[in-house]
Amino acid sequence: MIYLQLLWVFVKIGVLGFGGGYAMLSLIQHEVVDHYAWMSTTDFADMVAISQMTPGPISINLATYVGYTTAGFGGSLLASFALCLPSVIMVYIILRLFMSKRNNALMDNTLKGLKPAIAGLIFAAGLSMMNLQNFPDFGRGQYNISVIICVLAFVASYFFKANPILLIVLSGVVGFFAY
Amino acid sequence: MRKPLQLFFTFFKIGAFTLGGGYAMLSMVEKAVVDQKKWIPNDEFWDMIAVVQSLPGVFAVNTALYVGHRVAGRSGAFAAMLGAIIPSITIILLLATVFREYRDQPVVERIFKGIRPCVVALILAPSLRMIKSAKVTWKTAIIPIATVFLIWWCKISPAYVILAAIAGSLIYALIINKKAKEKEAES
Repeated sequence: MIYLQLLWVFVKIGVLGFGGGYAMLSLIQHEVVDHYAWMSTTDFADMVAISQMTPGPISINLATYVGYTTAGFGGSLLASFALCLPSVIMVYIILRLFMSKRNNALMDNTLKGLKPAIAGLIFAAGLSMMNLQNFPDFGRGQYNISVIICVLAFVASYFFKANPILLIVLSGVVGFFAY
Repeated sequence: MRKPLQLFFTFFKIGAFTLGGGYAMLSMVEKAVVDQKKWIPNDEFWDMIAVVQSLPGVFAVNTALYVGHRVAGRSGAFAAMLGAIIPSITIILLLATVFREYRDQPVVERIFKGIRPCVVALILAPSLRMIKSAKVTWKTAIIPIATVFLIWWCKISPAYVILAAIAGSLIYALIINKKAKEKEAES
């Protein structure tokens, strides 16, 4: 049963995962944390951090981890391959059917229209991670260290395009000394 | 060495050593596949990358599948895909076992307590950058706002929201294409 669920969830994510790693992250978060509760919200945040710091695609890393924690080694392989399965089929079809210019223009415009929605999707994932589990000191005491870390990391990432790995390491150091 | 094997090792190296996601990987793929091995001519490579980019799924896997298939057919595609994902799977499996062992240590918990709010920021920042690059105006701002409202507030599955967005975008694209054609016919 768990194998079927893993297969279904990750094939679905592979089919609907438009817009890169972060878009897939929000799909994974909804299925794995909200819907099936295979992972807690803090587990998810920890895994995203670990995925950022290790090589390879974030979504493959997450699929492997979710598969492993829910159904062991076999689950990790199943989840990762389920995520790739739709790609295998789609790339094969695309290479078989010659893509005409007309179809390309239609696809480009469709993707352009999709982009604002995907941005909203990712933003929603970030919002739903703003909870007391990830911000345990919120509203308690004078200094909300977690809020300060979040705001500073946001400013560094958004305005200065700071390296995400550097930001994760620095936040870890701050956490070590502050908590 | 046989081509599928070469493809496997090429993508294995890229999968094992690129940090920073799909786009960081792309320049390494170009260097290996176009410059060094000369498997695919430069212009064809970038044309196909544009197509592959628009597909859903893991970008690195899609790229590996395309390059592998183009160079050595089905077995090439399979070999390249395995090369791209095996490093990730191995590293995460190793880390997962270690992480489970040490996560309850107070030191590890303190470090991750600091990291979690940072991760939230790292997810919010690219979404806002994406809104900027998509040239969202005050009129079209309704799209991301509605998406956030449906998913975050109404707890509707992102899967349905994406399907609805694809339908909407497709209709929008069809209208644009039709208008472009009419203009062509006029001139």
